[in-house]
Formats: sequence, C-alpha cells, structure tokens
Amino acid sequence: MSEAHTVPGSSRSRVARIFASLFTTDHRTLGIRYLLLSLIAVAAGTLLSLAMRIQLAWPGIPFPRHGPMLPEEYLSLVTMHGTLMVFFVLTTAPQSGFASLVLPAQIGARRMALPWLNAAGFWIVALALVVLLSAFLLPAGGPISGWTSYPPLSAVPAAGPGQGAGMDVWLVSIGLFCIGSWLSAVNMLATIVGERVRGMTLGRMPLTVWSWMVSSLLILLAFTVLFAALVLLLCDRHIGTAFFIPRGDLVSGQIVGHGDGSPLLWLHLFWFFGHPEVYIAILPAMGLVSGLVANFSRRTIVGYPLMAATTVLIGLLGFLVWGHHMFVSGMNPYAGNAFALTTMAIAVPSTAKVFSWLGTLWGGGLHRTTPMLFALGFISFFIAGGVTGPILALPALDAYLHNTFFVVGHFHLIMAMAGGFAIFAGVYYWFPLMTGRLMNERLGRWHFWLSLVAAYGTFLPMHLEGLAGRPRHYYQLTGSTSSLASLMPMERGVTWAAFVLGTAQLIFLANLCWSSRHGRPAGENPWQATTLEWAAATPSEIFRGPYEYGAAAHDQAQNGAHKQDFTSQWESLREQE
Amino acid sequence: MLYAPWWMPPNAAAHGYAVDTLMRWDVGAMVGCFVLAHGLLIWLLLRPRRSSTAPLTRSVELLPLLLLTALYIAMAISAERVWAHERFEGAAPAALRVEVVGQQFQWYFHYPGADATYGTSQPQLVNAALGNPLGLDPEDSHGADDIVASELVLPIGREVDLQLRSLDVIHGFFLPDMRLKQNAVPGQSLHVHFTPVHEGVYPVLCSQLCGLGHARMQARLRVVSASAYQGWLASRAPHHAEVAAQ
Amino acid sequence: MPATFTRSVVDSDRKRKDPGFGGRPPLDRRPTGGGGGDENWENHSRGRGPRALLIRYRLGVFSALAGDLMFFMALVTAFFFRQSSGHFDPHGAYQLDWRALAMPPILYINTAILLLSSLTMEIARRQLFREVDVMEEWLGLGRPVARRVTPWLMATAILGVAFLIGQWMAWSDLAQQGLFFASNPSSHFFYLITGAHGAHLVLGVLGIFAALASLTLLRRLELRQIFVDCMAWYWHSMGLFWIFLFGMLVFCQ
Repeated sequence: MSEAHTVPGSSRSRVARIFASLFTTDHRTLGIRYLLLSLIAVAAGTLLSLAMRIQLAWPGIPFPRHGPMLPEEYLSLVTMHGTLMVFFVLTTAPQSGFASLVLPAQIGARRMALPWLNAAGFWIVALALVVLLSAFLLPAGGPISGWTSYPPLSAVPAAGPGQGAGMDVWLVSIGLFCIGSWLSAVNMLATIVGERVRGMTLGRMPLTVWSWMVSSLLILLAFTVLFAALVLLLCDRHIGTAFFIPRGDLVSGQIVGHGDGSPLLWLHLFWFFGHPEVYIAILPAMGLVSGLVANFSRRTIVGYPLMAATTVLIGLLGFLVWGHHMFVSGMNPYAGNAFALTTMAIAVPSTAKVFSWLGTLWGGGLHRTTPMLFALGFISFFIAGGVTGPILALPALDAYLHNTFFVVGHFHLIMAMAGGFAIFAGVYYWFPLMTGRLMNERLGRWHFWLSLVAAYGTFLPMHLEGLAGRPRHYYQLTGSTSSLASLMPMERGVTWAAFVLGTAQLIFLANLCWSSRHGRPAGENPWQATTLEWAAATPSEIFRGPYEYGAAAHDQAQNGAHKQDFTSQWESLREQE
Repeated sequence: MLYAPWWMPPNAAAHGYAVDTLMRWDVGAMVGCFVLAHGLLIWLLLRPRRSSTAPLTRSVELLPLLLLTALYIAMAISAERVWAHERFEGAAPAALRVEVVGQQFQWYFHYPGADATYGTSQPQLVNAALGNPLGLDPEDSHGADDIVASELVLPIGREVDLQLRSLDVIHGFFLPDMRLKQNAVPGQSLHVHFTPVHEGVYPVLCSQLCGLGHARMQARLRVVSASAYQGWLASRAPHHAEVAAQ
Repeated sequence: MPATFTRSVVDSDRKRKDPGFGGRPPLDRRPTGGGGGDENWENHSRGRGPRALLIRYRLGVFSALAGDLMFFMALVTAFFFRQSSGHFDPHGAYQLDWRALAMPPILYINTAILLLSSLTMEIARRQLFREVDVMEEWLGLGRPVARRVTPWLMATAILGVAFLIGQWMAWSDLAQQGLFFASNPSSHFFYLITGAHGAHLVLGVLGIFAALASLTLLRRLELRQIFVDCMAWYWHSMGLFWIFLFGMLVFCQ
C-alpha cells in the first residue's frame, strides 16, 4: 500500500514485502501471532499431559515406537508440560496475545506506543519456545526438575539425566522468555499510560485495560527477578560459584558443594517471581470476564471502582505472598504465619470480584452465548479452585497437603482451567476482530459443556487423591508400604476424563478452522458491545464509562432515539441529549 | 491398612487430631461455599431471562463479602494456633532423637545409640557399599554405638525429635499418617517433632521432586511397643558396632 | 495471516498519511519530568505533538529501567542472603564462608569518571532543547543542535569507555591477588554485579554511538532528540545504580 510496494513484479519489492510482513509491527497481526504461538504450546503441553496420564493409569504400558516410559522421561514430560503451559500459554495468550489484539483499540489508540518493542518481544518469545522444545531432541532428554527447578537438583548436572544440556536449554529458554515478556510489558505500560484517547480517564478504562496495566507492572517487577535467579543458577552450573549449592553437597558420589550456598535462596527468588506470575496469568482473564459478564447480562458491572481497586490490590498483595509455597521448605515457621495472613488477605479482593460478577449476573438477563458460557465456566472454576486456596494458605493444613495432588487439583482448576476458559471466551468473543467472522455457536456449546464436565472429572478427583496423601511427581504409584496403589481406580478415572477433555479441544480446533473460512460474517459490533475495540473508527474523544448497558438504554428508548439497550463509549453526549 | 481413598488416612500422631478437626471444618466450610455459589450460578443460568431486575442494594452485596472475610479470619486464627503448637516450640528434652537423612533415592534413619550423641559424619566418607551410607567418622567415639537403619522404628507414646538433613538435593519427608511433612534441605538441619499414638506400619514418602527415583524413595515407619523398640535397638546395636569398628 | 477485517488497513493507511505532530516544532518547554498520568484533558491534546512522542519514549525507558532495577535488587537481596549463610563446623560453631573483599582503589576513580560522564551527558541532553537552535534546525537552516550535542556525547562515550577499561583493570587487579569469580561468595558478587552493570554500560556506550550516528542519519529532528534524551536517562540511571551498588560493595562487606 505504501509507495515502495506498488511496483509489481519486481523481485526486490516482493522480498521486501515478505520481510516487512514477517517483521511487521502491526499490533493486531502480532496479537494473532501470539495466540497462534500459544495454540502450538497448548497443543504440545496437552499431548505431554495425556502421555503422563496414560503412564499413571497403566504403569509400564508400552508406547508405540517407544516402549515403556522411563521415570526420567515422565519427569521431563512434567517439566515441559508445566513450563509450556505456565509461560507460553497462560502468560502469553491473555497478556501479550489479547492485549496486542485489542488493547490499543480499547483505549482509543491507533497503535502501540512502542510497536517495535512488541514485535521484538514476540520474536524473542517465539525463539524461547523453539529453544525449549529443542530440549526433546537432546540425547539425555529434557530437564527433570519441574518448572520450579529447585537446586541442587537443577544446579548439578550429575543430579539426573536431562540435568546437563537439558537444564541449560531450559534456563536459556526461560531467560529469553523473561526478556521477551519484559520488552512487551514495557510497551503495554507505555501504551496504557501514554496513548489513551482524549476522555479515556483511568475511571473510564475497561477492566481488561486495568488488568493489563497491573499485569505489565507485575511482569516488569517479577520476571526481572526470575532473570537474576536464572543468571545465578547458570553461574552455579558453569562458573563454579556457590549461590545455591551448600557445602559438602554429595551428588552421585561426587562432592559438588564448596561454599555455603543455600537452596532456600532460589526458592525465595523463584517464588517472589512465581506468585505474581500466577496473577499475571489470571488478572487479564478476570478483566475479560468482567467485560463479558456485563455485556451478556446487558447490565453495567457491579462496583466498577471496586473491581479496578481489587485488581490493583491483588497485584500489590501478590508480591507479599510468595512464602506460602514454602511453609515446609525449611523457612522459619514464624514467617509461615505471616505469609498465611497475607495470603488470607488476598482472598478478600478475589472474593469481592466473584461477588461483583454474581451481582452483575443477578441484576441482568443472561444471554447464553458461547463467550458467556466460557466466562461462566471461568467463574465456576475460579470458585472451585478458589475455595481450596484458603485451605492451602494455612500452614497447619498445608503441612499435610503440600506437594500432594490436592495442590495439583487446586492450581489446575484456578490457573489452568479458569485461565484456559477465559482464553477460550476471549477467542470466541474477539474472533470477529481477527477474521471478521463469528465462530460457530453449536460447536462452541458442545466444546463448552464437554470441556466443563471433563475438566471437573479430571481435577476434582485429584483433590481426593491429595487428601489421601498421594504426592506429586510420582511416575508410578508403587512402594512396599504405601497404600497409594489403592488409588489406582481413581487414577484411571482421571485419565479417562483427561482424554475426554483433550478430545473436546478437537471440536474447538475444528471450529477455529471452519469458522475462519465459513463462519457467519460478523458485521459491525456483533455483540452490541460498548468498548472501543468494536467501534467502526477510532474516535477522537470519548465521553463515558466502559459498561453502559441496560439502564442507560431505558432512557434512550423513552426518548425514541435508539432501539438499543446500550450506549457505546464512542457515542457522543450530544447524540443522547 | 485400608482407608477410603477420598480422605486422609487415619491419624496416628498426637498432634494430628487437631489437624484433622481443622481439616474437616475448613474443607466443610469451603465445600459449602462451593455448593452455594454453584447453586446460585446454576439458578442464574437456568432462570428465564428478564429484561430488568431490581438491582441489589449495596448492603446485600457487601454482606456476603463481610461474612466470608470473617470466615477467613476465623480459619486463619484457628489454623495458626495449631501451627504454633506444632512448630513454634522444639521437642521436650526427654524426646527420643533420630536423625533422618535423605539421599537420592533412599531414606536413612540414624539413631544416636546408648550415648545419646550422634557421631559426626563427613560427606567424603560416604560409602554405602562399605556399610557407611552417612559417612560416619570412625575416629569419632560417639559414632561407635550409632545405628543406621533403612526403616524408622519408634516406640509408641514417646515424643520423637527428628533432625532432618539431606546429602544431595532437597527431599520432602512426608509421613501422611502422622500428618507431618518437612523438606530435608542439604546444608540445613531441620527439626520436627511428633508423638506416635497408634502401633502400626506406615509409609514414609518423599514429597519433593528429587530426581528420577523420586517415586520409589519410600521407607517404612514402624510404631511398636516400648519393649519391642528396646528389643529392636538391641538387635541392631552390636551389628553396627562391628561395622563401625572396621 | 487470515485477517480480512478491513479496519486494520484503514488504520495503517491513516497512520502513514498522518505524521501526527500537528506541524509543530519539537520544543520541550517542560524539559524535566517524563510523567504521564496527566488528567488535564483540555490543556493539551494527547498523542499529538513531538512532546507526546518524547513522553511516550521516556515512559518506555523508565518502565524498562524499573524492571532493570528489580534485576539489581534481586542480586542485592541475594548478596545479603548469601552473606549471612554459613555452616556448622565439626565443633558445632557456625562458620560464615564470606571473606570481606577490599575494593580495588581504581574503582573510586571509575566512580568519579562515571559521575563526570553523567554530567557531560546531561549537558548534551540540555543542548537538545535550546529553543533557538531547535527552531533553526527544524526549519532546515543548519544543524546547530547536532553540532552542539555531538562533542558532549563524544565526551560521554569516551568517559564511558574509560570507565569500562577501569572496571577491567579492577578485575585484573583482583585476579592478580588470586581472587576470581569462583573464589569466594564476596568475589562471586563483586564480579557478578560489576559484570552485570558493565554489560549495561557496554550497551549504553553502543547506544551513545548509535545516538551519534542518529544525529546525522535520522531524518526527523524529534526522533534525534528522543534518541539522545532516552540514552541520557538510561545513562543517568546506570550512574545511580552504580553508586548504589558500589556503596553496597564497599560498606556492606
């Protein structure tokens, strides 16, 4: 379209055009790319988890062209599954993906503040994904120390297969991911603070924008700490320092510890990043669900200031709760009490958000569209995973439940399923912005109900297994004394449910492929939404808050001006008068 | 040792009753919240659509939040008392002392013997093949009567002071039936204490990912009568003295 | 990309046609700050004008630096954590393995050099916004801004390189005493902190050279200003970080 590209046939211009479209800084294209990257990661991560479930339900069963799964292979699947899902799906899709897609439009900006940072961030994250997946090609396999990579297991290459080159690959990949998400967070923050259209005051920002702002701050402050921890760990592995390896540490018959390093230092640094990371994943989901609940209830969100305030509060408190991952790690038990209190405190704003959604639903008439169903699914999982949060926050109970399947069930419900359902809701909702078409509602409903039932079937029994004392990261439930074997029927049930859950996602894939070509054309503002991403043209000034549904419409209907039950943010005041 | 696989195994430790009560109350309360919220959600989903509902007043919306905040505070206070009782104070001086040592992928239990003092150990002396898995120093006379076992045998009704350490990576010492879990961290020596109150054989698990053999890093805890415990000590002591004398 | 939604095309078209600066000269009448969050909608138009562009980039630099500060804070936390960790010797006494590290004296000279470079950088930055020169350069009557800025930027770059050489000399000084990266926790942190800071300064010096090049290469005056201005804030922050880190290394052994 620009002059350089109008000369047809010239090969140079074609190369230039390919180059330009490959390294485009267009935020919408980047948003779709981020989402596709997450789609690849989530597909890989799901397949890995299904392989793990097969091994757990039928231990030692031979896999085609491979044979039985070895324990180190199981653990590298655990590590890669966690890393893919936490970093490349739950952080990337809602934060970088959706924000690139709609954030500029939602604040009335034509572009990001620093679009080339966004593009650079994408390519670095994509490189990180490639590096991570390359760990599978290593002869010794991927790292086996889980996504938390506790040293000395992660600091000493001799501590296990995959802890040599595999661990280095993991560290490099996560280091790249830190840099990539740091760059795009800088761009998001600068965009939200500096690029809002005239009239888009803080109090008129959609809640998604609030969430992206807080999440970007969390990324800036948390991922850099993780990066520092990764640097320290790499030094321990290759330069012979002693940050995390204690004196006299004896691994595989070799004394590897020559200084008074402390593994607890890693735990503190990692979880100082790790807990805000959870909120980076879930805050954008909360913002998105708030918008959807308001839209499909045709009612303004209950307590908008409260919702914005709780978003900020959760972000702030998120930095003060990291110790609740460390109650039994050797941390001072008094500190355990303090972290229990901050964790209970963070439950209050989270609960307030749930009540706001329920209150909005109560007051409105509920439209059962697919995005709304997934938003309700998010609320359901957020409650289901949320109610076990205060239990795990108590050191006295966590001393039993820590690192059991109770925890696995908890965070899969509140992070993976709630986060995942919010991503689905976002895709169904914003699909017209990507393709100009709507996704198929019938397939969407099948996808929702199958996923919902199968997800509960998969993750609720895990709580029971955890109560029965089943620890995490076991590739097989055996042992001379353990009665864990009595859990086998439940393990099989979980595996079957996981298969249903995995299969249900094929419906989503099919819907995605079919609807992008043959879906119903969306037209303008298909959901009758009020936020600016649905405006036909970027307005030069806005005059109202983000969620004016229902009540405002009442006055308008009386005035006879419009037959609609909402007032979009871009509509001027004069029109209403 | 049969138990219903949807709840904790029967408690066998003195402090565990409080934990169990707390767990029952808190899980009950939270399941109640879950059911109430989902009842509401399902009703909202199924009720016929209305064009407008009278909005709830602020107090009706804030009341449940206040109630739940009160519930959280009650949960926190009650649980912190249990935790404080368990962990804030060390074991009584008369407690039986056992050192628990984790190593990829094995638990060792180190009894101080008749002199009630652990022999010093050094990592460079560790040699499981020669019968010295913990690297006890043969020149330290305190170590001569020490017992190193691969199962934990405890007398019923006597408080035990466990000293946890690890030779290589972080392990998680988990006694589900004793409601006890504590990581064994290399470079640190951590104490936990409890009193077994039921005889029986219980699993000792590893709850912190420690490498490829994590799942099979299991041992047994045998809680026996005081006399059986003395018998076990006697049966082990001379054998170990020979090894240490080598 | 299967995007068929026409609005993006419209947007990018408009983006190209609209330079977005309202034809005003890139004068920074309020040369300090870098704030944002300004809710006074009536007094200035958002997203328009060179000042808005400058603020956009400054915001980016400052938020990136906030993240960077957390990186150094993590190292500082690790420094203090590590300093207090030790082990029990066979007699049951708690032994710390931290051996206090005497700073090589050249570091004080380096610190002075870095402070001086911040001064030259600030002078360079101030030259960017001299109204007479900016108007002249904006109207295409010459390059007074570039002419004034260049020597100060050169001076900063030279001082920056001098600082880096000085840091290298400090390293070799320690190495001659037999203190290497892996020798002691105090030397771990010395090399790590000076190394991480040095890497930032290497980037900074490269950035200054790029800024020098931009003074002749970038076509738009406001972009030249932005480049130098952002480099200046980065450079000042690195100076501040260094004073903080060096103070910690000296006084908290």
